[in-house]
Amino acid sequence: MRAPRAAARRPAPPGATGSKSGLGPVAKRIQAGDRRALARLISDVEAGRPEARSVLRELYPRTGRAPIIGVTGPLGVGKSSLINELIQLLRSKGKKVGVIAVDPSSPFSGGAVLGDRIRIERDPDDTGVFFRSMASRGHAGGVSQSTRDAIRLLEAFGMDVVIVETVGSGQVDVEIHQIATTRVVVVVPHLGDEVQTLKAGLFEIADVFVVNKSELPGAERAAKDLRELASLSVARDGWTPRVVPTSVVERRGTEDLWQAILDHEEALHQSGAGERARRERAEQELRELLLERIERMAREELADDTAWTSLLDGVVARETDPYTAADRAFHELRRRL
Amino acid sequence: MPEGKSAAPTHGAKGRPIRVLIAKPGLDGHDRGAKVVARALRDAGMEVIYAGLRQTPEDIVGAAMEEDVDLIGLSILSGAHNVLIPRVLALLKARKASDIVVFAGGIIPDEDAARLKKLGVKAVFGPGASLEHIIETARGLAAKRAARA
Repeated sequence: MRAPRAAARRPAPPGATGSKSGLGPVAKRIQAGDRRALARLISDVEAGRPEARSVLRELYPRTGRAPIIGVTGPLGVGKSSLINELIQLLRSKGKKVGVIAVDPSSPFSGGAVLGDRIRIERDPDDTGVFFRSMASRGHAGGVSQSTRDAIRLLEAFGMDVVIVETVGSGQVDVEIHQIATTRVVVVVPHLGDEVQTLKAGLFEIADVFVVNKSELPGAERAAKDLRELASLSVARDGWTPRVVPTSVVERRGTEDLWQAILDHEEALHQSGAGERARRERAEQELRELLLERIERMAREELADDTAWTSLLDGVVARETDPYTAADRAFHELRRRL
Repeated sequence: MPEGKSAAPTHGAKGRPIRVLIAKPGLDGHDRGAKVVARALRDAGMEVIYAGLRQTPEDIVGAAMEEDVDLIGLSILSGAHNVLIPRVLALLKARKASDIVVFAGGIIPDEDAARLKKLGVKAVFGPGASLEHIIETARGLAAKRAARA
């Protein structure tokens, strides 16, 4: 696990590592429930280290069965507290739970304060929960390849359910859409009128809406508005988004939320939509990974390239327009690669 | 806001951003200092896991291991540092996680600070410590840890 850090300027070529038979030592430790090995491997995954990829290759066939619950919503609606309630409920049912809480990295310093653990009450000896905070590290939508991989590691570690928490303002990227099997969007009363919910974004992705802090006045109205909206929207594969009021302070609604999640998972299974969604997610991931490689290849090819520099000079001097320059660069790249 | 001298690398083990757990062990509700430090470390480019108030040593060590942090910063103003900090160190040792570096801050008398350092705490910051000094020390500790790995 502790390779010299200078080694990895370029990732290893595919197929360079990986054992012939069964699992390698790190994968074995993950499957055997070694928490430290899991924690370190998640770090390697986050840093995009090639060693982590070989472990992921080994574990991949053993993943993909656990429900992945995406919990998203604006800041301060109580996502972490709600997740805490869900964890307690799932533990009481004997389910093991992995949680990944994504918080934004500062675009200025690259640093982050990851504060979602504060809300989590747990027995420190309970090995049936693994909670990991992740900084978005420049991925606007809050999730990325490292989240996908961390989810797989948690599942391979033996978690029955994986919860991924992200911040969503409702008006920006909704990447959680591409990762979770059930998407829970959390709102609170008085977040805005129903026109907010008509805007594109967060509200389109919800399989389950939670009106949290439903002890507050206005909760019934918010739930009613959402139900109307849900009933008006075209049902996706026979599923109409469910609206669940919850209150963490009054400790109610968590059981209903879990039931709604289970119902959705079951509906996915019954309608065959789950299988299609699985295929879509796989294609999305594959496409992203491929595009990333193509982009890196192009960048490396163009770095310090004289033809590229002169094209750029031409655009800056307004002798060539950027479309023509890009065309030329594209054809040149295609010729070379 | 501290300047954070961006020239210095802010990377911990394995070339990633330095990860720090900031926690307040024991029954001590004064978290202003811990929050100020958490924010300063964030502005210096670190990923700070803020574990908050009233944490047991078991909570802290469990969280530090799950989060795979480079450093643990313990803030104590209750006077219980002589009990709580050695307990954190002992737990880290018992779980073979002594590679995680512990530093402390708060109202800790010099004699106690010397004793804690002997036990393995790598830095102790008193009320007069500047944020700049804390940041630089944290960076230095993380760099040393990365070099050992």
